[in-house]
Amino acid sequence: MKRLLETNIILVFLFLYIPIFVVIVFSFNSGNQISVWEEFSFAWYGKLFKNPNVWRACKNSLIIAGVATFISTIIGTAAALAIEKYRFRFRDSLIKTLFLPMIIPDIVLAIAVLTFYRTVVDYPLGLTSVIFAHVVFNIAYVTIVVRARLEGYDATVEEAALDLGANEWQTFWRVTFPLIAPGIIGGALLAFTLSIDDFVITFFTAGVGYTTLSVHIYSSIKFGITPELNAISTMLLVNSIVLILLFLWFRGRKTESI
Amino acid sequence: MPRNSRILILLSPVILWLLIFFFLPLISVFIYSFLKRGTYGGIEAQFTLENYQRFFDPIYLRILWRSVSTAFVCTAICLLVGYPFAYYLAYYRPKFRNVLLLLVVLPFWINFLIRTYAWILILRTEGLLNSSLSVLIPGFQPLELLNTPFAVQIGLVYGYLPFMILPLYVALEQMDMSLIDAAKDLGASSRHAFWHITLPLSLPGILAGSMLVFIPTVGAFLTPDILGGGKVSFIGNVIERQFKTARDFPFGAALSFILMIIVLVGTVLYFRTLKGRESVET
Repeated sequence: MKRLLETNIILVFLFLYIPIFVVIVFSFNSGNQISVWEEFSFAWYGKLFKNPNVWRACKNSLIIAGVATFISTIIGTAAALAIEKYRFRFRDSLIKTLFLPMIIPDIVLAIAVLTFYRTVVDYPLGLTSVIFAHVVFNIAYVTIVVRARLEGYDATVEEAALDLGANEWQTFWRVTFPLIAPGIIGGALLAFTLSIDDFVITFFTAGVGYTTLSVHIYSSIKFGITPELNAISTMLLVNSIVLILLFLWFRGRKTESI
Repeated sequence: MPRNSRILILLSPVILWLLIFFFLPLISVFIYSFLKRGTYGGIEAQFTLENYQRFFDPIYLRILWRSVSTAFVCTAICLLVGYPFAYYLAYYRPKFRNVLLLLVVLPFWINFLIRTYAWILILRTEGLLNSSLSVLIPGFQPLELLNTPFAVQIGLVYGYLPFMILPLYVALEQMDMSLIDAAKDLGASSRHAFWHITLPLSLPGILAGSMLVFIPTVGAFLTPDILGGGKVSFIGNVIERQFKTARDFPFGAALSFILMIIVLVGTVLYFRTLKGRESVET
């Protein structure tokens, strides 16, 4: 029985990781075919770095993810503080409502926001239109991570600070903030990763000419796959893995569970 | 500062943001779904139920059935593969348990688009699967694997398997394994102990995992789009077409609303079942 279970573990890991390794390996292939090996080379990385479209898409991705992360981290942290520190009416409904953007299929959220921009407020599609929509789904994730950090948080240290004459603002920045900072940074890293990786919502809410890396990859898959795609994918893979290890490191600074 | 105004300051940003960029958009989609399509892809301000009626056309019902049944099969496969996986980690507690869990979660953080694209490299006619099979089996004819329901099914299982394993592990890990030993001491067979103790106790994990897999797969857009090549459409793909190419926004809005209802009903049923079993932690 144990043998059988162990075989299952190995098969699952092969299933999960072979595709990822395939992309990485073929990004170092010299040929013009995406999945027929010729010889090792950095040729496609060279092409990638000279492609102005990729640089532009990269810039757009970073702007969107950066601003969306900034806004959602502030809003999400504030929400987490309110939920964890106070008991108030509608608290349970609020917690449930916060989860809604995570539950609803992203295509529904995407077309809802698109319809809203186009017909209700007549807002032009560009970078900001994407950022606003990204904040919606990021808030939920930031709130969850910060709440997890606040659980088991000892509120008496704040009371002590207030008793000793600190005002509320000072208490927040000198006592509360440093204590929950790993949670906030963790939440921000998570939001940033989700934002960079998002395709569906960006695809619908970005204006023409505001291509992000994900949208660039999608168009390449749809309208002409070249091995350059393997190279971009590998770069993004490495980026995600670094971000997520950072996230786990920050989150794990108190607890050791995953 | 009084307590209530403190709560208000902390909560007004999130409430305002969700109101403007989440609830107002959803309400506008809802209203839209009852309007008539205009001549040039616009809309006419005229109430109609046409968009919902159109959904009952056999073409769309078949697509709905495909989305739901594929999601169901995907959930079943994830459960069949994920359960023994989680069980092994929880029961045998291998040394590198945390590393193994991290390795399960890691692909989830990698761009979904790239993970889906990776399967093109494997499944295409000149891809790795066909070329390895032709090396192993002499005279092997390459299979058409890409742009088939099979490709979409694999892509979905690949994308959502981690969502199944984690809740299953959490449920099994919290379980008191000495119960099984007790049952065995009292004469129960391993199989009996599993069906009557382990399985019922891990039911919350099974439910949570199934919901986490079923909900995103039923609303999937990217996997059928990339691995189905336009031949294996889900509701998500029909919605996309209404907004990107067909320019029939009201119909797309109606479809979105139907999809959302399916997902929300699933979620509510899940919480009901869970509440029936134990009090929910929020």
